[in-house]
Amino acid sequence: MNDLSVLGLCCSTRNEMCGCRGQASFKPKRLWRFKAGRLVLAAVSATGLSGCGPTILKPIGPIGGADESILIDSLCIMLAIVLPTIVAIFAFAWWYRASNARAHYRPDWAYSGQIEMVVWGIPLLVILLLGGVAWIGSHDLDPAKPLPSPTKPLDVQVVSLDWKWLFIYPAQRIASVNALVLPVGTPVHFALTSASVMSVFFVPRLGSMIYTMNGMRTRLNLEADRAGTFYGESAHFNGDGFADMHFKVRVLSAVDFSNWVRTASETRAVLDDRSYEDLAKQSIVSPATFQLADDDLFRSIVTQKLPPGPGPTMGRPTASVSPRSGS
Amino acid sequence: MFGKLSWAAIPFDQPIPMIASAVVALVIIGTLLWITVKGWFPYLWREWITSVDHKRIGVMYTVLALVMLLRGFTDAIMMRSQQALAFRAPGYLPPEHYDQVFSAHGTIMIFFVAMPFMIGLMNFVVPLQLGVRDVAFPTLNSVSFWLTATGALLVNISLLVGEFARTGWLPYPPLSELRYSPGVGVDYYLWAIEIAGVGTLMTGINFVTTILKIRAPGMTYLRMPMFCWTALAANLLIVAAFPVLTATLAMLLLDRYLGFHFFTNEAGGNVMMFMNLIWAWGHPEVYILILPAFGVFSEVISTFSGKPLFGYRSMVAATMAICILSFTVWLHHFFTMGAGADVNAVFGIASMIIAVPTGVKIFNWLFTMYGGRIRYEPPLLWAIGFMVTFVIGGMTGVLLTVPPADFLLHNSLFLVAHFHNVIIGGVLFGGFAGYTYWFPKAFGFKLHKRLGQAAFWFWLIGFYVAFMPLYVLGFLGMTRRMQHYDVPEWHPWLLIAAGGAILIAIGIALMIAQLVVSIRQREELRDATGDPWDGRSLEWATASPPPAFNFAVMPHVEGQEAYWQIKQRFRDESLPIEEPEYEPIEMPRNSPTGFICAFFATLMGFALIWHIWWLVIAGALGAYATFVVFAWRDADERRIPAEVVAQIDRANRAARARLQNASVPA
Repeated sequence: MNDLSVLGLCCSTRNEMCGCRGQASFKPKRLWRFKAGRLVLAAVSATGLSGCGPTILKPIGPIGGADESILIDSLCIMLAIVLPTIVAIFAFAWWYRASNARAHYRPDWAYSGQIEMVVWGIPLLVILLLGGVAWIGSHDLDPAKPLPSPTKPLDVQVVSLDWKWLFIYPAQRIASVNALVLPVGTPVHFALTSASVMSVFFVPRLGSMIYTMNGMRTRLNLEADRAGTFYGESAHFNGDGFADMHFKVRVLSAVDFSNWVRTASETRAVLDDRSYEDLAKQSIVSPATFQLADDDLFRSIVTQKLPPGPGPTMGRPTASVSPRSGS
Repeated sequence: MFGKLSWAAIPFDQPIPMIASAVVALVIIGTLLWITVKGWFPYLWREWITSVDHKRIGVMYTVLALVMLLRGFTDAIMMRSQQALAFRAPGYLPPEHYDQVFSAHGTIMIFFVAMPFMIGLMNFVVPLQLGVRDVAFPTLNSVSFWLTATGALLVNISLLVGEFARTGWLPYPPLSELRYSPGVGVDYYLWAIEIAGVGTLMTGINFVTTILKIRAPGMTYLRMPMFCWTALAANLLIVAAFPVLTATLAMLLLDRYLGFHFFTNEAGGNVMMFMNLIWAWGHPEVYILILPAFGVFSEVISTFSGKPLFGYRSMVAATMAICILSFTVWLHHFFTMGAGADVNAVFGIASMIIAVPTGVKIFNWLFTMYGGRIRYEPPLLWAIGFMVTFVIGGMTGVLLTVPPADFLLHNSLFLVAHFHNVIIGGVLFGGFAGYTYWFPKAFGFKLHKRLGQAAFWFWLIGFYVAFMPLYVLGFLGMTRRMQHYDVPEWHPWLLIAAGGAILIAIGIALMIAQLVVSIRQREELRDATGDPWDGRSLEWATASPPPAFNFAVMPHVEGQEAYWQIKQRFRDESLPIEEPEYEPIEMPRNSPTGFICAFFATLMGFALIWHIWWLVIAGALGAYATFVVFAWRDADERRIPAEVVAQIDRANRAARARLQNASVPA
């Protein structure tokens, strides 16, 4: 645990700077955790990598934690062969320089069955091991797989629009734009689609990302085990407004969450087919909350009952030469 | 009359593209004026533009690649500076411009730098290494080159007239569909790549045929130099993969031009199909690029270690294994599409398996150095720089094949760092190694050594400074293609990366200086013997630069390392040089077919982009007529008389004999 305390130390100083609340209470399941992995993590954190920004190295939930430990473990497995190889490249290149009279010149040596065995064998063994990691990892961490938890999961429907995120809470009958609010310690079941072009829903500190596509629904299960405000983004380029297509993820305690739901459901703004149509136009907007008027909104988007977003309408000189966003 | 084209399509109000276009226009006009004043036009037309000589075409491909490298690198500098400035600020490139810059950067670097660089080296070297006089279809080769040049030209025209794609270097629908990209940018991309892609496909057919059917007597498959093997593998991949690209982009064109629905949101279009198809080409494509580079490194490391390549047969097996496996891994480009655990795991493991033959190659190069006598000439520096860099890039690549790790790093700057790590550290370093290694063969003098070393170090260090921060940024959750951002943790790393780009710029400047200085000092750097590096394969058996017919008499190959054996026998037995019987040689006639075809293809491409339908028809008819005229030719070969062959060969033999006598101790 020594190396983790390095991480904690670094973190606690940085926490104050960026206002994150509390320490990570969460301990990820460690399947193939090596001591070396901890060291890499500690070294990385010492360089300031694990601040409170959207780093993937300080997960706040089980999925992010498991993704991250597979990442670090795989890296360590490979470093075990890569580092000696790099050292050997330098060593051979240096020792067998033409000016070194002590090096033995073997002008015709070009084959050795034993060495061939080793050079095919070592990569093969590494890949065998890593292949196992990949197989188990991709089954354990299939984005569509529900998280085991005594708490009832929260359903959130996600729609990527040009260029904002719409989050629909069907059970709570509310919706929000560019602000994802989650209760702490509750598994969240996301159903995702796109209202126009492809995007990727990604909250780096929660873990796994997933594509959103029009006319299709993807699924993702995540959980936040720590309260705080985190960074979410679109991780797939989707047009001129792409850089502004990020959102705040607020993870609240159960009480705060139900307070937020209550406030949101008292919002005057209503999300129905008409206001959705406005939202579907290309624009960059600030966070907002809505009452959900249409329970089937998500389904209407997936089934294209509500048509995909209109795309650009103006341009220089015309949209058919060089389109410009905005209205 | 002119379709969508009008004066308003030129962005007069935007200084950056206007200034850039003005600079390009001035350079072109200046060059043309200079050529006119010097009276070089007839020479250029006769000896280069209409040449069907594989060596000349190889050189032109390489020149195209290096010129386009400057354009692509300018885009890179713009991106790095934009991201360095755009922390909580808009920077100097608005999104609609920045999006064109990164799309053009990727398109140019892959299609018009890496591809022509590798194809140029293959063109120049493969027939020489095989001990033959030209490729199988010399005129087709010229057509291939000029069509590639057409593609490059169209991409560059988009700088001034209209716009370029704003979709990234692979135009994923539905963003690239008419609804979300109604402009001409995507059309520029599509037609440029379609036209250049036809050229590339013809190159693939040409080289597969050449390597399979035309080799010197005795040059069996397992006696071919490693570079020929990797060229064979790369061209087999071109033949198998490029039709997929052409068809995929054709489907997108049908969507955009004729209202089809292959990849649209509506009417049953399927965007996932585009991703599958484009990567079914795209992943083999990266091996089309890297395999020839592997071949270059095999030649360079063996030559400068003074040893045969270690484990030749295992290298051949590894090359062909990569060739086949590269078609089984495309899905790792979109693990995050939600295909399910089994699919992801199978493709993840398939992708990792490619690391095995690649790892074998690294170890074989390592053991080629073992027991060697390594001379640190610039080509070898590139090779060692490559080995170290590529091992790191390979590792991060394998990391991305582990689906859960990819769930965190997909589309991030970690990915960007990874593929630059293997493409710069692999393909580009391979290109530079080949360029410095074969330059004396092509022009008869070596490149300046000190400037070459300096360029190498700036490139290598610049690469690490520019791209290691991008790995870090990937861990920090930064995704690619951000025009601006407000996460404070990212800013310092982007500043460092911009510094790295400046170091690379110095490396490029040093390479230009190296070329200029070498040309000025060519008498001191002259290679009279044709074998400046103590080479091992047949290209070093002929003069530098080689005569049009390559070899006065066809070499007889009796084992691996054909030329090394000839030299060895000569040294051991100190045989007197016997002059062979010279015979007249038939060589293909030069032909303007390629250039004229490309001229019409350019017109047609431009007209298609701007919907100028009469010009489309005129261009298509013109290109077709050119091809028919060529097919109707009566005489397709010219005869080089035996005396001329003898005269050229004797001069080379005399120079070579002097070298041999000097090196054999009395």
